[in-house]
Amino acid sequence: MIEQAPVLIVVIPLIFAFITPLIGWWRKELCYPWIILSLTLSTFCSVITLLTVINTGVIHYHLGGWLPPWGIEYAVDYLNAFVLVIVSFTSLTVAVYSKKSVELELPEKTIYFYTVFLLQATGFFGIIVTGDMFNLYVFLEIASLAGYALIAVGEEGAPMASFRYVIMGTIGASFYLLGVGYLYMTTGSLNMADLARLLPDLYGSKVVLVAFTFLIVGVATKMALFPLHGWLPDAYEKAPSSVSALLAPLMTKVSAYVMIRIMFTVFKPYFSIEMLPVTTILSWIAAAAILYGAVMALAQTDLKRMLVYVLLSEVGYLVLGIGLANKNGLTGTILHIMNDACMMVALFMIVGAIVYRCGNREISQFRNLHRRMPFTMAAFVIVGLSVVGIPPTCGFFSKWYLILGAVDTSQWVLAGVLVLSSLLNAILFFRVIEYAYIEPRGGHDNGGESLAVVREEAPLTMLIPIISVTAGIVLLGLLSGRIVSTVIQFAIPACF
Amino acid sequence: MVDFIVGKYNYWIYIVLMMIGFYAMIGKKNLIKKIIGMNIFQTAIILFYVSIGCKKGATLPILGHAHGHAGQAIQTSAYINPLPHVLMLTAIVVMVATLGVALAIGIMIYLKYNTLEEDEILKAVK
Repeated sequence: MIEQAPVLIVVIPLIFAFITPLIGWWRKELCYPWIILSLTLSTFCSVITLLTVINTGVIHYHLGGWLPPWGIEYAVDYLNAFVLVIVSFTSLTVAVYSKKSVELELPEKTIYFYTVFLLQATGFFGIIVTGDMFNLYVFLEIASLAGYALIAVGEEGAPMASFRYVIMGTIGASFYLLGVGYLYMTTGSLNMADLARLLPDLYGSKVVLVAFTFLIVGVATKMALFPLHGWLPDAYEKAPSSVSALLAPLMTKVSAYVMIRIMFTVFKPYFSIEMLPVTTILSWIAAAAILYGAVMALAQTDLKRMLVYVLLSEVGYLVLGIGLANKNGLTGTILHIMNDACMMVALFMIVGAIVYRCGNREISQFRNLHRRMPFTMAAFVIVGLSVVGIPPTCGFFSKWYLILGAVDTSQWVLAGVLVLSSLLNAILFFRVIEYAYIEPRGGHDNGGESLAVVREEAPLTMLIPIISVTAGIVLLGLLSGRIVSTVIQFAIPACF
Repeated sequence: MVDFIVGKYNYWIYIVLMMIGFYAMIGKKNLIKKIIGMNIFQTAIILFYVSIGCKKGATLPILGHAHGHAGQAIQTSAYINPLPHVLMLTAIVVMVATLGVALAIGIMIYLKYNTLEEDEILKAVK
C-alpha cells in the first residue's frame, strides 16, 4: 500500500471524479462528503509520500512495470513531495470551504462543479508527481481544461474571461509541447532523469536552445509572469469564489514548480545560469512583475481584483528566487511556494466569505465589517500582515530568504524592489483594514447606525478553513526554520 | 539554399501553418475564427511531431519476423519511429477536449450577448 502512494495521489481523485456524477444523480448532497473523502485520502497519501522520501530518499514508481526511459515514471524527491503536501492540503481546505459558496453561486450545477473540481486537483497532483515531460503536458492540460470550465461558470463577463484564458493557455501549452518535441528530436527521450543525463553533451546545439526557450515561455504563460499575464486578472476575478480560492494559489505555484524542475533538473543549473543569461533576464522580469502587480493593485477599488494583482506580484517573488539562482534565493522560492499558497488561499477564501455575507467586494463599502464578521476580519488582518512581511507570520521568512539571496549576488536593486513592494503591500492592506475597522469620526453620517450592526459571521464550513489556514500561517512562520532544515535544504539542487 | 527549403519542406509548412494559426488567434476579432486559428496552431504541432518520426525509405514499424525469430537483428533505419506518432494520439485527444471546451464557452457567450464579435462583447460587458 505504502509503495503505491505516489500513484494513488493521482488515481484516487481521478476515479472519484468519474463516480461523482453518478452519486450526484442518486443523492445530490452526498457529492460534498464524497470529494472531501477523496481529497482527504490524497492528502494522506501525499503525507505518506513525504515521510517516505524523508526516511528512504527519492521514490521511483514505474507505471505498469515499464522501466524508464520507455515507460512513464513517477519520480518523487524532496521538492515534489513538499509541493504535493502543500497542494493537497490547500485543495482539501478549499473543498471544505466550497460547500456554502457553491450552493449560493451555482445552485443547479453543484454536481458538475464538484466533478470538475476533483479533475482540477488531479491535474495539479499529476503535474507535480510525474517524471516524464510529455506526461506533464497532459496533466498541465487536464488542469487547464478544468480551470477553463470552472472559470466560465462565474459571474457576469466570466465566459469571455475564460475564453481569453483558453486562447492564452493553449498558446502556452502548445509552446511547452513544441519544446518537448525539440528535446525529443535531439535526445530521443522524454524521461526527465534520462534527459538530464543526455543533454549536457548537446548544450551547444541550437535545437536545445530553442527547446529551452519554448519550455520557459510556455510555462511562464501558464504562470502569468508579468508580460504574459493578460489572461489572469479577469479570469480569477470573475470566477466563482471557491474556484478563485483553488486556482489562484495553486496554478501559479504548480507552474513555478515546473519552472524549477525544467531549469535545474532537466537542464543542469550551469546551463540555465551561465550558458544562457536566462536567470538574469528572469530576475529583472520578476522585479518588473512585483512592481507592476503592486502598483496596479493600488489602483483597484474592488477587493478581489486587488488581490488578483497582489497575486501577480507574488508570482514575481517566486520567479525572482529562481532568477537569483543561489541557495538563499531558491530556499526563498520554495518556502514562498508554501507560504504564498497559504496566504492566497486564505485571502481568496476571506473575499468569498465577505461576498457571501455582504454581496459586494467594493473596499469603500466595508464600513463596520469588523463588527459584522469579527473572526473573518481578524483573519484578514493576520494574513495581510503576512503578505506585507511582519516577522511572526510566514510571509516574512520567505521574503527574508529572497532578500538574502539578492544580497548574496550583490543585486542591490532587486533587494530594493523587494523592500519597496513590502511597503506598497503595507499601503494596500492597511487601506482595506482602515475601511473595515476605523469608524468615521464625528458620526454625522452614520454614527448612530454603526451601533446597530448585527453580528453576522460567515457559516462554519467557511469559517473553519479560514481560521485554520490563518493559524497555519502563524504556525508555519514559527516552524519555518525546522521546515528549511528538514525538507527544503534537500529540495535544492545539489550544486548550490 | 533551395535544398534547405525544399529538402525540409514539411518543417517549413509546419512553421507557416503555425504562424497562420497564431495570427488568427491574436489578430481576429471573431471568436469562432480564433477557435479555428487555435485548431490550425495545434494541428501544425502535430505535423511537426509526425515529421520528426519519419525516415527516408523506412516503412511502418510492424516487425514481420518478430515471433519465433526474436534473435534476428532488427535494422532500426528500416522502420519509422512510432513514438512521436503515439504521442500525437494523446495530443489529438487533448486538442479535441480543448476545442470542445472552447466551443462550449463560445456557446455560453453567444447565448448571453447574442454576438461572437469580441469588440461588441467587450462593449456589452462594460
